[in-house]
Amino acid sequence: MNPLELARARPGEAFTVLFDDRPVPALPGQTVAAALWAAGVTAWRSTRGAGRPRGVFCGIGVCFDCLVSVNGRPNRRACLVPVQPGDVIRTQEGTGRDDD
Amino acid sequence: MVGAACALYASRAGLDVRVVDRGPVAGGTTGAGEGNLLVSDKEPGPELGLALLSARLWSRLGDELGTAVEYEPKGGLVVASAPETLTALRAFAGGQRRAGVRADPVPADQLASLEPHLADGMAGGMHYPQDAQVMPALAAAHLLRASGAPVHTGWTVTGMLRTADGALAGVRTDRGELHAPAVVNAAGTWGGDLAALAGVRLPVLPRRGFVLVTEPLPRMVRHKVYAADYVADVASDSASLRTSPVVEGTAAGPVLIGASRERVGFDRSLSLAAVRALAAGAIGLFPFLERVRALRTYAGFRPYLPDHLPAIGPDPRAPGLFHACGHEGAGIGLATGTGQLIAQTLTGKTPELDLTPFRPERFDNDGSDTGDSGTDDSGTDDSDAADSDTGESDTDGGDTP
Amino acid sequence: MTERAHLAVVGAGPAGLAGALAAAERGVRVTLVDAAEQAGGQFYRQPARPLGARRPKALHHQWHTWERLRDGLERHVSSGRITHLTDHHVWSVQRAPGPSFAVHALLGPAQEEGVTVRADAVLLATGGYERVLPFPGWTLPGVVTAGGAQAMLKGGLVLPGRTVVVAGTGPLLLPVATGLAAAGARVAALVESAGPAALLRHAPALAAQPAKLAEGAWYAGRLARHKVRVLTGHTVLEAHGTDRLEAVSVAALRRDGRIRPGSAHRVPCDTLAVGHGMLAHTDLAGTLGCTLAGTEGTAVRADDEQRTDVPGVWAAGETTGIGGAALALAEGHIAGRSIAARLDGRAPDPRSWAAAARSRSRLRRFFTALDAAYGPPAGWAERLTGDTVVCRCEEVTAGTVRTAADALGAGDLRTVKLLTRAGMGWCQGRMCAPAVAGLTGCPLTADRRPFARPVPLGVLAGLPDA
Repeated sequence: MNPLELARARPGEAFTVLFDDRPVPALPGQTVAAALWAAGVTAWRSTRGAGRPRGVFCGIGVCFDCLVSVNGRPNRRACLVPVQPGDVIRTQEGTGRDDD
Repeated sequence: MVGAACALYASRAGLDVRVVDRGPVAGGTTGAGEGNLLVSDKEPGPELGLALLSARLWSRLGDELGTAVEYEPKGGLVVASAPETLTALRAFAGGQRRAGVRADPVPADQLASLEPHLADGMAGGMHYPQDAQVMPALAAAHLLRASGAPVHTGWTVTGMLRTADGALAGVRTDRGELHAPAVVNAAGTWGGDLAALAGVRLPVLPRRGFVLVTEPLPRMVRHKVYAADYVADVASDSASLRTSPVVEGTAAGPVLIGASRERVGFDRSLSLAAVRALAAGAIGLFPFLERVRALRTYAGFRPYLPDHLPAIGPDPRAPGLFHACGHEGAGIGLATGTGQLIAQTLTGKTPELDLTPFRPERFDNDGSDTGDSGTDDSGTDDSDAADSDTGESDTDGGDTP
Repeated sequence: MTERAHLAVVGAGPAGLAGALAAAERGVRVTLVDAAEQAGGQFYRQPARPLGARRPKALHHQWHTWERLRDGLERHVSSGRITHLTDHHVWSVQRAPGPSFAVHALLGPAQEEGVTVRADAVLLATGGYERVLPFPGWTLPGVVTAGGAQAMLKGGLVLPGRTVVVAGTGPLLLPVATGLAAAGARVAALVESAGPAALLRHAPALAAQPAKLAEGAWYAGRLARHKVRVLTGHTVLEAHGTDRLEAVSVAALRRDGRIRPGSAHRVPCDTLAVGHGMLAHTDLAGTLGCTLAGTEGTAVRADDEQRTDVPGVWAAGETTGIGGAALALAEGHIAGRSIAARLDGRAPDPRSWAAAARSRSRLRRFFTALDAAYGPPAGWAERLTGDTVVCRCEEVTAGTVRTAADALGAGDLRTVKLLTRAGMGWCQGRMCAPAVAGLTGCPLTADRRPFARPVPLGVLAGLPDA
């Protein structure tokens, strides 16, 4: 059993996004976090202090732990943002912004 | 903050100090401040003299307390958007220079080397290397700790104790009495209330300011940067909302954006008009901020006196009472100098700055209070105890710029 | 001016939906403003439409109630009585003279543009979020909130991992464990810190809700069927792993909060779904000036009609105190009826909602008892090592927080925040406030958060005139 079977889902056609330069499959409607989870990825941010890995924590947009860079935009909440075909997702380092 | 500085310098002068506060440490305007230690925004005069003294003392404390108070001698950059403003800024800086301020003109084409993300098209600016910053709540807490003075937070001063001849002999609080021959009123915006408990008038009033705090960023704003119009707003007597952008990065990451000024009493409710003006002004200086998010905003109440100068020194109307309040938006910056001057007067030394402009009784038009002269000495002869009373819940001169 | 009075409902969960429907049925023009793409809130969170779930019911309880709400919403949306604004993230509600209100929202999911909805009355149905108390290792990827695991399952049809430990305390753990197990996860253990004794102590109050007891029995059956090991009176001591979760240590709690010697053991897992009850979202209400109440001052105070003490502002559901979906429905319904009458210039007749009021009283009693039975795991604060990160955003450790309280004299949450930065980051203390309060002995008070979510400065600069 998996969740898609449980809910008898017939998702639209899967597509590919890039996570740190490697292709990851995704389903239409999934959030960035859901797609990454489905691909076995649980961390996509490193903290600006200790550089520790983080991913989803609250899952409902409250904790901001799942911040990630999507198509060059930092600080997207992976648990809220739907994944789109062709998205370029990158692990967010620190503030997610360069100082230059 | 001012109370903490008074406690530190009084205690270093050999006095036995106790600190009383209605609320927590940094619970008043200090906790709502940005921690500006500025000389750049002050015109030549007594406040600038105090600012220069304070800047030297802060620098020493910075060496001593290091990163614990996040002291950063980062310098200020005042920018003028129009040629006329630049001319005025240059004239203003000329006067400051004669008073001992370092002010280096920055031509338009060199602004970017100081602030790479500054908006294009500015007419020019002025760099003030003596401007610095601390994290005000940490500064207050660490100065208090360094003073070694017992701190009674959550104690409310309810009245003054007096000797038979009417001089102050300490304070009465809701948790008991504290005996001391000298009481320092460092109650900030609430300093007028404390003065009233001693039977004297000190017309301290609140001037509300909002600060916007952004998401954490890398060092994209390197100095304290503000528009030249800011100085006019600081000096303004207007009760209505005035905002001029003041933008700075912090050691911790967020950019702080001030500074609105309005006289609305102690109303803490969110004014979207104020934060809208702050945001627009900040984006005008640093266009990249448009897409940066504000995580929070908060209001603070600057304690101002009608002539925009603080009250510092003994109160001849109430022997034993000393004032150290009413620093408006500069309380963090002016705290060290104020503390030093208070310690000097408490120990009978000649203060290193002339306190005449800061006389607490200067607002008594009819001179109806105490005729007793020679009270300047009271409390200074044998003050083995001084109450640095940071007074009611919210104290201190804060630095909402 | 013949325009009907206009109600803005913030939040499309059970409380907001019930309120919107009750008001709309009585002629009120309603704008339902919600952050999600589909109505339902957390409880009735629906799979994203493109996932084509033909049996979303399998993920939910009380599906009939949801169908009623959903159909009612559809009916009123097509008749034009309700405007449903999805993906609208409300960051502030401002009062203007009138009284009228301006509801400021960011358009999602990018949340880079703002929009303002004006209304004559507001129903705050902003729901709640999960409280998680820290323990060593709780910041490791793979450690998620119990509600978060459930939300990702319901909304994204995805599991956090293969082998899950569900832990913490409170009634939410049961549906999370059974839900994850039904969806194919191996639930290695359900670790509930409340012991059987605590649950028994409150048995009379709990037993007064036969439906809830039946629900409990149903969950017990599901857990047994999925062979989930249930450890009551146990707690997670630590989450282990370097860059992601590999195992948790679990131990039995004595009644005094100490660990029973020799009881600690390791449970390998790749996911820990953990929660210690819920907290109300009160930011919008706080900024409007509504009085906050509740045992910890962290819920919006509402009267029998669900009115707050700010004229024109009603509140219902978790935001007035945690009590679950059924209570939220009752409160929302009462609020909607009260609003319809009040906006029409009439005093409502409470007899018209007597049934909802009875169910409200009963459920509140029930949740008060639940609250007492499911306290935080005793001794959790003492077990925090000094290097355990407490504020996840600003990476402030338990040691730093303790120093602020002990050496710098901070005696309240705001001062601890000022001195340590705990609570100053992206989440503005929503995650760490209960932990900081517990660590320092400060009371948990609702922080002032004028921005209920981060707002781009460009949106602030472009705000319309009040």
